[in-house]
Amino acid sequence: MRRRMVVVEGSYAVAHAVKVCKPHVISAYPITPQTHIVEDLSQFVADGDMNCEYMNVESEFSAISALIGASAAGARTYSSTTSQGLALMHEALFNASGMRLPIVMTVVNRALSAPINIWNDQQDSISQRDTGWIQLYAEDVQESADMLPQVYKLAEDEEILLPAMACMDGFILSHVYEPVILLEQSLTDEFLPPYSPEFTLDTKNPVSFGALADPSTYTEFRYKQEKAMGVALEKIEEIAKEFKDVYGRYYGGLIDEYALDDAEIVIMAMGSVIGTVKDTIDELRSEGEPVGLLKVRSFRPFPVDAIRSALKNAKIVITIDKNISIGKNEGALCTEVKACLYNTDLRIPVIGVMLGFGGRDIPMSTIKKVINKAKLVEKGIYVESEIADLREDMA
Amino acid sequence: MSLLKPGHRGCAGCCDALAGKFVLDALGENTIVVSPTGCLEVFTTPYPESAWGVPWIHSLFENAAAVASGVEVALKALGKKNDIKIVAIGGDGATLDIGLQAISGAFERGHNFTYICVDNEAYMNTGVQRSGGTPLYASTTTSPAGKVSFGNPQHKKNMPAIIAAHGSPYVATASVAYAPDMIRKVKKAADVKGPTYVHVHAPCCTGWRFEGSKTIEVGKLAVETAMWPLYEMENGVVTNVRKLKNRKPVEEYLKAQGRFKHLFTMQGGLEEIKKIQAIADWNVKHFGLE
Repeated sequence: MRRRMVVVEGSYAVAHAVKVCKPHVISAYPITPQTHIVEDLSQFVADGDMNCEYMNVESEFSAISALIGASAAGARTYSSTTSQGLALMHEALFNASGMRLPIVMTVVNRALSAPINIWNDQQDSISQRDTGWIQLYAEDVQESADMLPQVYKLAEDEEILLPAMACMDGFILSHVYEPVILLEQSLTDEFLPPYSPEFTLDTKNPVSFGALADPSTYTEFRYKQEKAMGVALEKIEEIAKEFKDVYGRYYGGLIDEYALDDAEIVIMAMGSVIGTVKDTIDELRSEGEPVGLLKVRSFRPFPVDAIRSALKNAKIVITIDKNISIGKNEGALCTEVKACLYNTDLRIPVIGVMLGFGGRDIPMSTIKKVINKAKLVEKGIYVESEIADLREDMA
Repeated sequence: MSLLKPGHRGCAGCCDALAGKFVLDALGENTIVVSPTGCLEVFTTPYPESAWGVPWIHSLFENAAAVASGVEVALKALGKKNDIKIVAIGGDGATLDIGLQAISGAFERGHNFTYICVDNEAYMNTGVQRSGGTPLYASTTTSPAGKVSFGNPQHKKNMPAIIAAHGSPYVATASVAYAPDMIRKVKKAADVKGPTYVHVHAPCCTGWRFEGSKTIEVGKLAVETAMWPLYEMENGVVTNVRKLKNRKPVEEYLKAQGRFKHLFTMQGGLEEIKKIQAIADWNVKHFGLE
């Protein structure tokens, strides 16, 4: 099938993808760099192109809270936020997951204050790691849009029923104009079934949502959330392949590989930096360097087995994190990768580099420097995790 | 049988249980209830049991109005019948303090729902700490009376006025001690289109320190002394008040409760009671209670 590519802003591509997923209720609060998505959605509604209720609420906290009510009432729901807005939602994120409400949200990744900074890194969504939300990270605009029907299908699966974040890097993806294929309504209708939950706030069949669980039952509720994440782990790949069958595009399921088979040095990363890493690999490969990429698409659930198996021939692993756990001097991907290798026979040095905070550019030259430094491991020199690419005049 | 089923864990003489029962008596089974965190939420839903005979959702402490607005909008989007009544029932902490922003947003957006504040004038669920609803000189666990304190130094926040300022078409005060009046007002609030509000005075035997058999008695004293005026406002204008024939002095209300006991024993306490009497006098004048 021949499809027309159009050049649109990333936010528009995402808003259009939301539209074809036909949510019943959208609730959002403006925050840079998420605004263009919700502006586009508001316009669709204002133009009568989208049959849904759009709620202009007074805070991100109420945005997510309204969706908790709407989702419990049986609606397909959508929001988008970033940074401080996501942090403000924090308490309600746990609640949405605990009540097993499959709310879908685009997180346009941005740094957290202080100092205030509106540009991209991934501290915001990474800081929500343990809230019980599925988290997928997109590499480019097309994937950011294509991820939406996939996460709806995943979140609403009756064996999963967990909320999901589709994460895209702020500005780098949200504000860039790229050629994309806008998602077709007919294909989306074929791919994504309507949402019909078993339990809702139904006056004909009254149920209670959000009861008090004491020590005799609370653990089992948590266990069931974890089990649902386990099901998601199996279905992410399945759904990505179904998406490929319907739309003809594939970005990996839990992970994706690039020049990985014979790679001795493996770079692991999430989000838009993947493109730069791929270009760097192309250059280094032409010079004979055995460098490859392991893209992590799903951060929650974390693909432990897939990563172990993909890294079995690696000699050195470099993780790129756009976030830091202050006091550990590591980003989350680094910590998680190290942890998932520990209970195996794989003894691969994992070198964590933290880059791209607050929107600092990550050029190919930086990635090459990182690789060269990591090679010191071959000479038996231990390389500590670090924030790389620091200014000398401020460090 | 009431739609708020027996077997819940409310205290004997619990004002919240009365309020919950009266609300469901007023609205019937075609109702969806949203509860913020609080006594009523906790004692009605110890998993796997639930006292609610209607659909019920508890999310968090501060978001009941936002959750209720989401329920309302979802029913509209799903094309469900618009005769389903959506009601949020929150305590004074959830309403006057931590949930105020979400309430303001929901009332401004104009959702078709009713918010009912069951005001027992402190955080009872966590052990009687003061809230924005705690009246002047009530002794609570975080505003205790002591050698240099007569108890809570602040006046009670005027929440019905705040809601009326949002342009709500119907705002009423009620009391669990006047069941038919409260049921009528809740029914009316749910029938009026738009965001409506009923502020229910609810004496808490545990927190206010009186016998559980005296909940109604103490509630009546609040009204009879003009400490709790009963009125209705339509589109910002007071349209109905419950008149007082033989108004009682506030001492009768205060001395019935342990939380004001110190005013009768501390040096200078009786002088301070004059300030409480002045609140009652203001209510009489402002609402034309006599």
